[in-house]
Amino acid sequence: MTLKTILMAGAMSIATTGAWADCAFENEVPLKSLSAGFEAWKAVTDAMAECGNFSASLDQEFREKQPEAFAADPALYQIGGVSNATLVPLLNAGTIRPLDDLVEKYGQDLLPNQLIKVDGKTMAIAMMVNAQHLMYRDDVLAELGIEEPKSYDDVLAAAAKIKEAGVMDYPIGGTFETGWNLGQEFINMYMGEGGSFFGDGNMPAINNAQGVEALETLKAMTEYMDPEYLVSDSTYVQQQFQQGKIAMANLWASRAAAMNDEAESQVVGKVTMAAAPMGSAAPATTIWWDGIVLASNMSDEEADAAFRVALEGMDGDMVSANNDAAVWLSPAYSAGDLAAGAAASAAGGAKAYPASGPMGIMHTALGNGLADYLTGAKDAQTTLADIEADYITAAKEAGLISN
Amino acid sequence: MNSRTFAAFVGPSVFMMLLFIAFPLVSVFKQSFYVTQPIYETVEKETCTPGFLTQTCVTEQVSQPKLDEHGEIITQTQYVGLQSYRNVLEPERAWRAISDGSWHVLSTINFWKALRFTLTFTLITLPLVVGCGLGIAILINNAARAIRGPVIFVSLLPFIITPVIGVLAINWLFRGDGILTAMMEWWLNRDIALFAQAWTIEVLMMLYRVWHVAPFAAIIFYAGLQTVNQDSLESAVIDGATRWQRLKYIVIPHLMPLIIFVAMIHLMDSYRVFEEIVGFSSQGYVISLQWLTFDYLTPDQAGNRSISRASANSMLTMIGVVILLILPLRRTWRDHKGGH
Repeated sequence: MTLKTILMAGAMSIATTGAWADCAFENEVPLKSLSAGFEAWKAVTDAMAECGNFSASLDQEFREKQPEAFAADPALYQIGGVSNATLVPLLNAGTIRPLDDLVEKYGQDLLPNQLIKVDGKTMAIAMMVNAQHLMYRDDVLAELGIEEPKSYDDVLAAAAKIKEAGVMDYPIGGTFETGWNLGQEFINMYMGEGGSFFGDGNMPAINNAQGVEALETLKAMTEYMDPEYLVSDSTYVQQQFQQGKIAMANLWASRAAAMNDEAESQVVGKVTMAAAPMGSAAPATTIWWDGIVLASNMSDEEADAAFRVALEGMDGDMVSANNDAAVWLSPAYSAGDLAAGAAASAAGGAKAYPASGPMGIMHTALGNGLADYLTGAKDAQTTLADIEADYITAAKEAGLISN
Repeated sequence: MNSRTFAAFVGPSVFMMLLFIAFPLVSVFKQSFYVTQPIYETVEKETCTPGFLTQTCVTEQVSQPKLDEHGEIITQTQYVGLQSYRNVLEPERAWRAISDGSWHVLSTINFWKALRFTLTFTLITLPLVVGCGLGIAILINNAARAIRGPVIFVSLLPFIITPVIGVLAINWLFRGDGILTAMMEWWLNRDIALFAQAWTIEVLMMLYRVWHVAPFAAIIFYAGLQTVNQDSLESAVIDGATRWQRLKYIVIPHLMPLIIFVAMIHLMDSYRVFEEIVGFSSQGYVISLQWLTFDYLTPDQAGNRSISRASANSMLTMIGVVILLILPLRRTWRDHKGGH
């Protein structure tokens, strides 16, 4: 495995040094990109590098650097990788350029749903979508005669059966790590119940029946989870799956391929991807996209080159070569079993993550405040009221709520 | 030394201290009384995001910062007095909890929760660090000359490890079915989850800190042990003093200034406990004051951060350190005056 990786990396670096590689044109303008660092971005930036004169920064802390780097004149990076949430600060600061003219010139192969439009102007090009959806151990559920869980009641019933049968101690996994992950779990549940986060003037509106319902579902799940759930992030849940310790989890589509990675996984071919469990209104998940933006602080000539390089990065060749790395938005993408969960969730009516300035604060307040409910330090109503109070303090400081 | 030479020697270091310590401090102090925020306007916006086959477009009211003619966000800074301190301390909520006699409620308010852990952590590790440090120093001092070098090296190792790495190592050893947890489970024959409740995490953090800092204390005490008056020790032996009595009446009084020094350094360091929280990702159960500052400063995904509250919290942290240091400092001051 390691030797193979090293050889691969060697081969990659040789491939990226020359401009002779698989790129339709030879890039003369020096370009840089800053994006998150997961598998799909690695594939895309490697493909961009084939055009030459390009260097990529794959950085997990990119969201702290991006607003400042794009505000500089000239911008420190020409190409940025964003998701629907991290697009917000760039949009607010006006540091990314509309792409309509470039799309018209070079974007014939783009699908219409790749164009992220804000007020009619194309501000970003999406390359992939991501969502949390149900993954379950086909073999374990089938053996106990359990149907595919459709709602969280089904999930809990299945978990009870698995535990009773003594197959596993903790049948459910979940990305419940305090902070961003836990906040996201609540947002999934709450959107599944059809709740909305804000009232007029950015005031919070989560302290209601739907909020309590979401909390109670989360707590019910923790009874079937490894007691250390408050430190379990996506990678930890993925490993629990791979080692056969859990039977069900609502996990990111971008982690699906890892279940069938023979070098790491003991459950190859045994994990089925299904739609996220239904709440009373919609599937309890949110849909995210990742894509590229171009900085406004650069010359039109640079923007031209940057756009062409970016398109090369997400072209059909790259997608076919890395088909399972993500749910790509591309005509060349063949949606296999691994994408079935994300697709089914979307078909079931899952909503997009409601990214905005206030939502950023709400997500943080949720992430920090929910643990008190799960550990039993507060009841549901107090927890939600305290989260709202926390949100209001932060939103006032940010200027989003007038005093 | 004439005053000119003195100034030439001291000048650069005073300048550096002003630049890197005094100036940032003053700036943080000032920021804790002001709030800087963009001016928002509410606009109706249509946003389209990709579905699988079609796009979903929504039109909604969004708050958007106003930009000036250069395309920069317009911000306003206003004096808010002690508001940021109030936001951090939440005095009304805290007072209500105290007057209800509900310790439990008080410990769910961020600042007080953090203060509780920070103080416990500092005050429990302090005697352990001094005690272990002294123990190791005496051990080294009594080791045969031939093996003294290797013993010093081995006992210094924990101090050399970068704190974050050390914490992560402990995390991996104990988390889930980590090697040491698995061993304990096998030995005690029961399921153990060390990261599932606050107190086990706190114990692990304190053990780690003592393991990490005791070598520093040890090396200082070891240096001190070299200067213990051998004549007094010998006469004590002749008078029939036991090992323990020699330690209590001769060695420890001799080392007292060093013990105070180590205690002060440790108080300052451990009051700023941070790596343990991040490395254990323990914020669901346990947080510290320094971590709270970090959390306020970290921008969320929409780019908001709470700089004023972060400033206020770090000023409060500093005040806490000063209060803790008053006792040992007073003692040093008395000794100093008495010595002249």
